[in-house]
Amino acid sequence: MRGKVRRKTIFTFLGPAIFALAAVGIGPLLYAVWTSLHYFNLTKLRQVEFIGMENYGTVLTDSVFWQAMGRTFTLLLIALPLQIMIGLGIALLLHKPGNTFLRTLTRLTLVLPMATTYAVVGLLGQVMFNIKYGVVNQFLGFVGIEAVNWIGDPDNAFIAVIFWDVWQWTPFVALVMLAGFTTIPVEIEEAARLETKSWWTVLRHVQLPFLIPGLTAVLILRTADTLKLFDMVFTMTRGGPGSATEFISLMIQRVGFRGFDQGMASAQAVILLIITIVLSQIYIKVFYKEIK
Amino acid sequence: MMQALASHSRRGLVIQAILLIVIAIFCVFPFYWMVTTSLKTQVVALESPPVWLFEPTFSNYTEVLLKDGVGRTLINSLIVAVSTTLLAVLLGLPAAFALARFEFRGKKDLWFWFITNRMVSPIVLALPFFLIVRKMGLMDTHIVLILIYLTFNLPIVIWICTDQFRSIPFDLDEAAMLDGASQWRIFRSICLPLAMPGVAVSSIFSFIFSWNELMFALILTRSNAKTAPAMAVSFMEGYILPYGKIMATSTLIVIPVIIFALIASKQLVRGLTMGAVK
Repeated sequence: MRGKVRRKTIFTFLGPAIFALAAVGIGPLLYAVWTSLHYFNLTKLRQVEFIGMENYGTVLTDSVFWQAMGRTFTLLLIALPLQIMIGLGIALLLHKPGNTFLRTLTRLTLVLPMATTYAVVGLLGQVMFNIKYGVVNQFLGFVGIEAVNWIGDPDNAFIAVIFWDVWQWTPFVALVMLAGFTTIPVEIEEAARLETKSWWTVLRHVQLPFLIPGLTAVLILRTADTLKLFDMVFTMTRGGPGSATEFISLMIQRVGFRGFDQGMASAQAVILLIITIVLSQIYIKVFYKEIK
Repeated sequence: MMQALASHSRRGLVIQAILLIVIAIFCVFPFYWMVTTSLKTQVVALESPPVWLFEPTFSNYTEVLLKDGVGRTLINSLIVAVSTTLLAVLLGLPAAFALARFEFRGKKDLWFWFITNRMVSPIVLALPFFLIVRKMGLMDTHIVLILIYLTFNLPIVIWICTDQFRSIPFDLDEAAMLDGASQWRIFRSICLPLAMPGVAVSSIFSFIFSWNELMFALILTRSNAKTAPAMAVSFMEGYILPYGKIMATSTLIVIPVIIFALIASKQLVRGLTMGAVK
């Protein structure tokens, strides 16, 4: 009896949502594919013409595109391990009994960074990392480090982006890990603690298996979010100086809206989409194996 | 039993307390700096090194709200975020109910399609949306943002509410069915009232995500429908930035988000893990 419902009923429930999401999600996507097969420049709209796969050929051999891709994954490979290590540390600290009030308070403050408007985080970056008026250089001055040109220097600007990414998403990782810790049966943990005094052994052999689902989720989401990263970097460095912080989504935005080459940008976007889909398929395959 | 934990000593507690405080300060400090900078005049903001004690002034707030039109962009943000949230809930709730209660072919794939929208970079949609919107003469209107924000709001509503409907005992449906109630009636009169917590939480998420969005707003609005984050960005012109004004606008943007985030703090992490946990 359960779930047996007429086709028409199912459709009336699901139809509107499917239609809406197809209209705003799939329709434009098909249009992007069409654009990507054309020479389509916003300043030369009279000259729109079909050029087949030419844009794709250009993108696939374009070193600028692959550099932006490389930069994006470099950011992920530096920021994510930091977030996981620090996040795990924070989660352990919050999981440890004692200081109940402080733990509640800290857990509440951890919620703030990840909800903060990404654009505002970038603006804060401009203010706090300014070479002359910034508070970060003031702090460095206290420990005798000379003023650093954060936004104006390619390497330092990259570090500033990493800093904010870590600031904003480490709390998220910490709370996901903490949720993992709370799924561990108390008896198991206590039994393990009677066996050994080493917290590392407990973490490695008893707690870690319970953290795997959370870690996988973090891995998938941080990958997707890094490929999407735009707002915070745009408001802090606009991808500069030069192209030092031009990550993939920023680069496509520049080509399409500041370079006006919609055809090329669409081809880049389609390739980005394919990479995203392939990556998430790989993740899901690995993930579901882990679970089974 | 707890005493058996070696780390549960007094020294351990003190270290834990110190680290917790450091973490909390680290999380909150940027907000403190944002608010204090917003209360500085441009002269004070341009002191080097920055000053910590100064006479606070609300002049940045009065200026951005009365002269620069930030108030209107905040209202635009509010119109867009509230409308898209209502629309997402209206469209998403029946879909979530169907996914939780009915059996049909392709259900898994459909659910998967809804959820994977979370993974797609918005720039992929921003390019074609810009061209379509321009052709239709809908540039710089609220409706465009309201519709395109559905691409991330509809999945979140469906995801959270499907779970919520699943947690409602099926016996209630069956009893109603024996009384001859239609599925719509079961949905509206029995399940929906019980699913209200899920509706509230997904509405909060939907609002936060829409309120925070920048890229689409930057590309699809100019002045009429300009949202607050896009407005904050437009202050960033010239060599010396108006720091106080930028931070005052930022503060105005962030306050509602923080309030909502604290209200939904228990579920926030769950909402952000959409698409990656089963």
